[in-house]
Amino acid sequence: MKILEEVDPPLRDESYLRGRKQGYPPPVMSIPNLLRAASLLIGSLLFGAANAQHEGHGQVPQHDVVDSTVAAVVAADTDAPKLALEEAEHGGRFDAGKLIMGHIGDEHGWHLWGHTTLPLPIIVYNTERGVSVFSSSHFDHGHKTYGGYMLHEGSIVATKAEDGTDVHHATIDEPLTKATWDISITKNVMSLFISLAILLFVFIGVAKAYTRRAGQAPTGFQNLVEPIILFVRDDVAKSAIGPKYMTFMPYLLTAFFFIFLNNLLGLVPFFPGGANLTGNIAVTLVLALITFIIVTVKGNKHYWHHILAMPGVPGWVLFILTPVEILGMFLKPFVLMIRLFANITAGHIIALSFFSLIFVFGETNAGAGYGVSVMSLAFTVFMTMLELLVAFIQAYVFTFLSAMYIGAAVEEPHHH
Amino acid sequence: MFLSVLLDLGTGYGIAALGAGLAAVGAGIGIGRIGGDAVQAMARQPEAINDLRANMILTAALVEGAAFFAMVVGLLVVLK
Repeated sequence: MKILEEVDPPLRDESYLRGRKQGYPPPVMSIPNLLRAASLLIGSLLFGAANAQHEGHGQVPQHDVVDSTVAAVVAADTDAPKLALEEAEHGGRFDAGKLIMGHIGDEHGWHLWGHTTLPLPIIVYNTERGVSVFSSSHFDHGHKTYGGYMLHEGSIVATKAEDGTDVHHATIDEPLTKATWDISITKNVMSLFISLAILLFVFIGVAKAYTRRAGQAPTGFQNLVEPIILFVRDDVAKSAIGPKYMTFMPYLLTAFFFIFLNNLLGLVPFFPGGANLTGNIAVTLVLALITFIIVTVKGNKHYWHHILAMPGVPGWVLFILTPVEILGMFLKPFVLMIRLFANITAGHIIALSFFSLIFVFGETNAGAGYGVSVMSLAFTVFMTMLELLVAFIQAYVFTFLSAMYIGAAVEEPHHH
Repeated sequence: MFLSVLLDLGTGYGIAALGAGLAAVGAGIGIGRIGGDAVQAMARQPEAINDLRANMILTAALVEGAAFFAMVVGLLVVLK
């Protein structure tokens, strides 16, 4: 009875009801209203754009002006403007697919803003010509040939044209191109080096701080890093691997911080962020391969016994089960690779798709372009916030699943 | 307007988009059930909230993996 009485008073207190009567709606009510308003706005914009398309066939010159203004307005924000502006200047239709693929892919040279690009070294090995090393600025944004090479759809191809020839007049030399190996420092490789430098700087500093200030309270970066390290140790390594977790802590921590930092850098729209490193399948392939190698090398007798001949299973079932288990051995790191790649790439694609809506609508009608830009910007910000969460969750999931696979490989048999 | 965009895409692209959409439906059902049941379990046993959250994220990631397979296949069709 006592408990009931303690609980009751706030329920009997009708002050919040009185507040409602006097015309203060509780704050929760505003969210459905906002959604309703937003859907109405989107609906009217879509309708308006559809009508505008039907009516506005004779206004081509005006459209071109609109395209370049809309493109210029948003030009300050991401990689998008370069392509968008070029499209607008050349009078072509805006191609959202090309823009998005250009952003999530790799490139020779790092686009900074407008027509400014950070040149990166091109390193090409050709079995006939040998090694050539030169700056990507010689390609002049992919418009010129240099040293017998040129850019064709983003990749380096061999040509016999002289230096400085326009790429439209140069022909691709197929047999020489097949003998060419491109090992350039591209945007992604550069981004890898930058994140490497950041990680080394932060962690060597923190490690030194721990030896210098042994037994004292943490300061500076220690405060940032220590809870995350403890999280990886207690919630990931200890819970998934068990008593032998200490051997695998260096790998798990490295993987976690590498993925987390690069996920975050990928969300920064300007230098030194903006490269889609963890959304590059080659990078996730190597990360998953390391997990696979650790699991395979560290797997004990118990683990191999369970894969090759599952104990307690009738002999004829093993004909089905063993191939499935062996397939599973390769499938686990494969899914690890696909998951990280697809999550990060999908996030970038969705954010950029919302962004591209401005140009898609701007092409049909100026008003629609400006109107959609408000919603589009809001959605892009929302997606970026969601991606901040995904950046952490994917780093966690990759580390945790790696730890679980390692845990299964080093687990000691249970004595029943 | 959207109808014309869909028609522009051509048959192969449209079906790739349909496949990716169907995979998203499947993953949506899966993640919805995981989330709903996990919240229910958390409400019933608040003391087990940390274990439940870890398992929820893990299972959601596994379901998501299946959806991403479909999405990557769809992307490959579109990009060829």
